[in-house]
Amino acid sequence: MRSDRPIRFSSKDAVVCRGVGKTWAAGTRRAHEALRDIDLDIKPGEFVVFLGPSGCGKSTLLYLIAGLEDVTGGHVWSFGDRVETPSPQRSLIFQETSLFPWLTVWENVSFGLSIRGAGKEERRSVAKDALQRVGLTAAMDKRPDELSGGMRQRVAVARALAMRPKVLLMDEPFAALDVQTRARMQDFLLDVWRDSGASVLFVTHHIDEAVALADRVVVFTARPGRIKTIVPIDLPRPRNLFSADAEVLRIQLTNLLRDEVDRAFAEQEALASAL
Amino acid sequence: MAVVTPPDFSEGTAGAGASRPAAVARLFATMAGESLVARIGWTILSVGLFVGLWELCWLVGWADPKLLPPPHIFLGSIAEQGKFFNTATRWQIGKSMADGPSAFESVMITVAATTMRVFVGLLIASVLAIGTGVLVRYYKLFDRLVLPTVTLLSPVSPIAWLPVAIFIFGIGNGPAIFMVVVALFFHMVLATITQIDGVSNNLINVARTMGATKRQIYGRVIVPAILPGMLAVLRMNLFGAWMVVLIAESTGVGYGMGQVIMLARNTFNPSLVFFTIAVIGVLGFAFDWLLRQAQRRILYWLPDQTEKLRAL
Ligand SMILES: Nc1ncnc2c1ncn2[C@@H]1O[C@H](COP(=O)(O)OP(=O)(O)O)[C@@H](O)[C@H]1O
Ligand SMILES: [Mg+2]
Repeated sequence: MRSDRPIRFSSKDAVVCRGVGKTWAAGTRRAHEALRDIDLDIKPGEFVVFLGPSGCGKSTLLYLIAGLEDVTGGHVWSFGDRVETPSPQRSLIFQETSLFPWLTVWENVSFGLSIRGAGKEERRSVAKDALQRVGLTAAMDKRPDELSGGMRQRVAVARALAMRPKVLLMDEPFAALDVQTRARMQDFLLDVWRDSGASVLFVTHHIDEAVALADRVVVFTARPGRIKTIVPIDLPRPRNLFSADAEVLRIQLTNLLRDEVDRAFAEQEALASAL
Repeated sequence: MAVVTPPDFSEGTAGAGASRPAAVARLFATMAGESLVARIGWTILSVGLFVGLWELCWLVGWADPKLLPPPHIFLGSIAEQGKFFNTATRWQIGKSMADGPSAFESVMITVAATTMRVFVGLLIASVLAIGTGVLVRYYKLFDRLVLPTVTLLSPVSPIAWLPVAIFIFGIGNGPAIFMVVVALFFHMVLATITQIDGVSNNLINVARTMGATKRQIYGRVIVPAILPGMLAVLRMNLFGAWMVVLIAESTGVGYGMGQVIMLARNTFNPSLVFFTIAVIGVLGFAFDWLLRQAQRRILYWLPDQTEKLRAL
């Protein structure tokens, strides 16, 4: 029924989703619908935050956009090309540390280049460059287990930047950090974003974080995740998060989210009692 | 292993130079939780306690020295017992016990032969098992064709393979090595697969988004990621290999520790049994230590958890 609708989108858009759905373990008894009917356009250089109750399919959508999982409905395009496989153009950064523990920081950062067979000189200089952008050149020869959580995530960002991606996909990257570190990391991320010109798709369940970072906030419904609404955040940057406008947005997002969290809870309770 | 390239310091940048001393310092830090001397001391104390208890039992008359000769007896007669290690000439007509190599040489020859069988067996089993495990996960068809048989055969006791070893390889090094391989291979395949399945999806996905091919993902992510687990498996199986090799040697091989045990049994010589057990214990201990050192060196990125766990 979707296919007969003409699909229109700009081939210049960084990410385009049309009718995207994902059912895990489709066709089995454990089939499990995570996402339904997602339509979304993301402009180059745009900062978009995904906000939604946990389990609503935000990570799943990032995986689909990254090309790490196949859609079970609809299509994803990136800069006019169908997304079917992963690509260095779209880098994914995870919540937990995903650095290779057996490589040094600089070897981690230049891992993508070594995949392409780049020589050591080139790899080291690219790594140095990327680490400079996250302020960690001094840690170049350290190993991941010698770094703090915040430093590791910065290395992960540097590793993504070294690929010169056009889209940065970030799955709750700062969720495991303490509040102070997180605030610093948000400022740092905004700097990186401005310098790189990449689009950022950032998953969080923190409303403050969404208001601090986003051009637009995509609010998801409880599972199966659909787009409930998209809230533009028209605050001038650098942002004053204590302004009245920011407070209004926070209240608006809180209310939008609360309904969905309630629904998610109700569903989980129904599921539990059915067992 | 090629995937774990240690940093190359030849280019002489200031940053790179700082890394090797750091790594060395870390190595020593992990070893210095207790100093080497202290640990040797504890080992001696541990063994000494056991020996002391045994001697005490002998002293008060609980341990019959003809059946359970205490260490001072079976170690005191090393010189004569050593002669029995010369099993090669035992059945040859016209040769007396005095012919051939000296007692010390006999012990060394025997130890070397058994150790060689253990290591060759362990090496063959590891290479085959890791290769098979990786292929099982790499190719679906291979998985379907091989895994059921491997699972079916893995609970079979090595004893059951003994006749097979002799049918196929007759007498000599062949059956002993075969026994070690067959006793370890099936478990190690299953262990390898478990290790591969445990590799973090995030690490694999990072490599995928960077455009790594399936082969590159196996070579640069999965294999280094399973190395720590595989070395642990190897250490466990080192002891297994020592156990199995004795069984194999006790039946059809001309010489070896298993033969000596068998000889001791047939000639009712408990001193020889305990002497051989002591030699095996020392060897096993030494090789475990060596493997642990290798583990530290290869897996330099793993923090040492021992002290943390103990402090809980
Ligand atoms: N690999 C997977 N296989 C099966 N089900 C999955 C998988 N990943 C996620 N899910 C399910 O899909 C739903 C959405 O998960 P996820 O995208 O991780 O949610 P979120 O990131 O919004 O918290 C959840 O119900 C989860 O259990
Ligand atoms: Mg998630």
